[in-house]
Amino acid sequence: MRVRIERRLNQPRWLPLVVPLGSIAAAFLIIAVVLLATGHDPLHAFRKLFLSAFVDDGALSSTFVSATPIAFTGLAAAAAFRMNLFNIGAEGQLYFGVVGAVGVALLLKGAPGSVSIGAMCIAGAAAGAVWALIPGMLRAFGRTSEIITSLMLNYVAGLFLNYLIFDSHSYWRDTTSPSASVFPQGQAIPDRAAWPFATIHGVAGGIAFPLGMGVAVLVAAFLWVLYKRTRFGFELQVIADSPRAAHYAGMRTRRKILAVMCISGAVAGLGGASQAGNFDHLLDPRSLQQQLFGYTGIVVAALARYNPFAVIVMAFLLGGLKNAGFALQGADFPSGLVGVMQGIFLFSVLGGELLVRYRIRIGRSGRAPAVEAAR
Amino acid sequence: MDDTAHAAAASDGAAVAGRVAIACRGITKRFPGVVANDNVDFEAAEGEVHALLGENGAGKSTLSNILTGLYRADEGELELYGRPIAFQAPRDALDAGICMVHQHFRLVDTFTVTENIVLGDHRDVGRSFRIQPRAIERRVVELGERYGLAVDPRARIWQLSVGEQQRVEILKALYRDARILILDEPTAVLTPQEASALFETLRTMAAEGRTVIFISHKLHEVMAVADRVTVLRRGRSIATQRIGETSSRALAALMVGRELQGSDRQRRESFGNVVLSVEGLSADGDRGVTAVHDVSLTVRAGEIVGIAGVAGNGQRELAEAITGIRRVKEGVVRVDGKPLRSGDPRAAIHARIGHIPEDRLHTGVAPSLSVASNVVLKSYRDDPHSRGPMLMLRVIGERARSLIREFDVHTPGPSTPARQLSGGNLQKVVIGREFTGTPRVLIAAAPTRGLDVGAIENVQNYLRDAATRDVAVLLISEDLDEVLELADRIAVIYEGRIAGEVDAKEASVEELGLLMAGGVGSPEPPRSAGAGFAGTEAGNVRP
Repeated sequence: MRVRIERRLNQPRWLPLVVPLGSIAAAFLIIAVVLLATGHDPLHAFRKLFLSAFVDDGALSSTFVSATPIAFTGLAAAAAFRMNLFNIGAEGQLYFGVVGAVGVALLLKGAPGSVSIGAMCIAGAAAGAVWALIPGMLRAFGRTSEIITSLMLNYVAGLFLNYLIFDSHSYWRDTTSPSASVFPQGQAIPDRAAWPFATIHGVAGGIAFPLGMGVAVLVAAFLWVLYKRTRFGFELQVIADSPRAAHYAGMRTRRKILAVMCISGAVAGLGGASQAGNFDHLLDPRSLQQQLFGYTGIVVAALARYNPFAVIVMAFLLGGLKNAGFALQGADFPSGLVGVMQGIFLFSVLGGELLVRYRIRIGRSGRAPAVEAAR
Repeated sequence: MDDTAHAAAASDGAAVAGRVAIACRGITKRFPGVVANDNVDFEAAEGEVHALLGENGAGKSTLSNILTGLYRADEGELELYGRPIAFQAPRDALDAGICMVHQHFRLVDTFTVTENIVLGDHRDVGRSFRIQPRAIERRVVELGERYGLAVDPRARIWQLSVGEQQRVEILKALYRDARILILDEPTAVLTPQEASALFETLRTMAAEGRTVIFISHKLHEVMAVADRVTVLRRGRSIATQRIGETSSRALAALMVGRELQGSDRQRRESFGNVVLSVEGLSADGDRGVTAVHDVSLTVRAGEIVGIAGVAGNGQRELAEAITGIRRVKEGVVRVDGKPLRSGDPRAAIHARIGHIPEDRLHTGVAPSLSVASNVVLKSYRDDPHSRGPMLMLRVIGERARSLIREFDVHTPGPSTPARQLSGGNLQKVVIGREFTGTPRVLIAAAPTRGLDVGAIENVQNYLRDAATRDVAVLLISEDLDEVLELADRIAVIYEGRIAGEVDAKEASVEELGLLMAGGVGSPEPPRSAGAGFAGTEAGNVRP
């Protein structure tokens, strides 16, 4: 008996749908075993999980708060990964987005809200794009691995945030308010520059839908059109599939690398603007660095198989899971167990991806597949 | 000595000093769609260098893979020193003392020479838990001195030149005390100086009573090093001859083989103006060694010029240099007198050079994308297919459907991924695309390789059609029949140079065969160090 994993030559149509559903079912099954082993009632826990993520009063509002930033970083990752450019730097690009957006908001103190918000979007996107351009240029001209460079630049970006707030009297630091003299903190943006929420009354105690989430949906639509309907997107598809064919067809690969890194960085930077405008209202290095939005975004993108609309859905689900995790933990339900549940969930769903691209064969000898491959 | 066996297998070859070391009797090996070895008889004696000569696809590699236990023959028998033997796995062949030096070395780049030599050796030293590097190093140095294979045993493989790496491979075989050594086109990666040093080593080994099987398609090397030669053609063993009793000319005729009837194609008597002119073109191969040397040629409107040659003599690099995929080091390519920008595929596209690339699956198409996307791979920027930044998907779909109809492409539909098409249908997509809007020049590189008979005929008809429509066609092919059948003029490429040019009507197979194998006819090229030719069939694979 021999077990081997081989690449699928053809994907049946039902596969991309059945595999994730099966993975989720498997995840719940494993989690149930773990919960039973630790003496919890799995059905009760699942019910509570679902209710506190999507149904209870205020649950959806909290889920949106968790989902918005990872929707942006997920889109940023998906935009780059599609072209086999592994930009791991959404984390740092988002930090720079916050820096850019907060900076502009503080600069335009007297401006009307809409102007401020528009300027924050532009500044955040531009800052993220510039930061992403560094690994982009290194990749395009120096052939360095963008995985390493973009990852390392995340730490540089984090230290830069610390410097702005803790180690200098920068423009972003609050030097006037009484609480700021006790502990260094960022300067809050003017109220008019705070991004609004659309509130839906009457359902589940009112649902607050942040503007940032709306922007993320627009970005997703933009990316979809860009990749599927434009010349630019066509070139990206060819380059991702076969760089040699792209060169043969006269496509300029280097420029595309730079452009895609810029787009990816801009989307992450926009996420930073939304985080600052919608939720934080100031530059908070500690909180930003604890949340790991950028890295979660990579998971979101992988779960969504780099499809921008699926990114939004997955960000919403993961946001719900994160949000429910807070609600679930308590005296009889340790937070570690919540982490275990989330881990099993991600592990199963990402592990299931393997089955979409590969299949597992169990056979008696190794000969038959080899003959098949030779054909 | 076993004279009867000799007489059977080597009808016109005399017996050699030693006894028969390894013999194949009626070996047949089939792969889906091809018979790679067809009733091959072959034997090599102790103390001789025996060459296996043949064109690409003649079955040399398959035979050597059978000898080393990598494949098992479908029919026929192997005999080792007179005893029948069946290898279950490559290890059995190794244990029997048969070692092979592959074209692409089997070495671990980051290991030292000594480590590589011991690696996989499962006799006493290699098997023991603790290896004693000193003792092995001494042995390596000793062997190196004896056979003229000087190499630092402590150097790491990546630090060595390709020639030195090959020495390590041979040392590995000697260290294991191989009785029979098979070398697959060993000179492909060597400079002429290194090659002649290698020949000396091989002679030394033979003088000790070992058997050296030397696989090559180069006549002068075979003449220089071998005692006997077995010629393979289209999977069959054609003849075995003693080198002293044969000539390059006779071997070339055996290798290329067939007598060709003049094709019944009506050749054009007159052609248009010169459309494509290549002047003094030189270009580097993937390994950074010059692969195309000072090539000049012209193609007139309506003319088919064939470039014949054994694969790996710079054909791919030449096609890529003309079409801008590869940077030109020296020289210029002109279309209608206007020079093209070097290294810019788009310039070639704008000059309406159509290009059917050798590697159709990864260069000619983007395999995961749809047939429709591949139909517009080059024209997606142009007016009906895109407007402003947007693609006109409906127009593209229609274009794809009409190409599928016109060229009779068998595909479920325009949205099918290209990789699901058969080779012949894929080639139709490529040809259909390159014919769009009637090109001025068409560069067809190995356009029928790997296709079945029907598809070959289709492709050849398209090329003829193109010529009747006044396209200047440059056909680069290893298939001499095809070149003779289609071309009006034939240039032979050997080691990156044009070894000779003949009118197709007056071409003789013998003469072409000689030119292709670098036999005679071409003046000895000035050989600088490092002017060995790069770009073997898989030249982009680092050893």
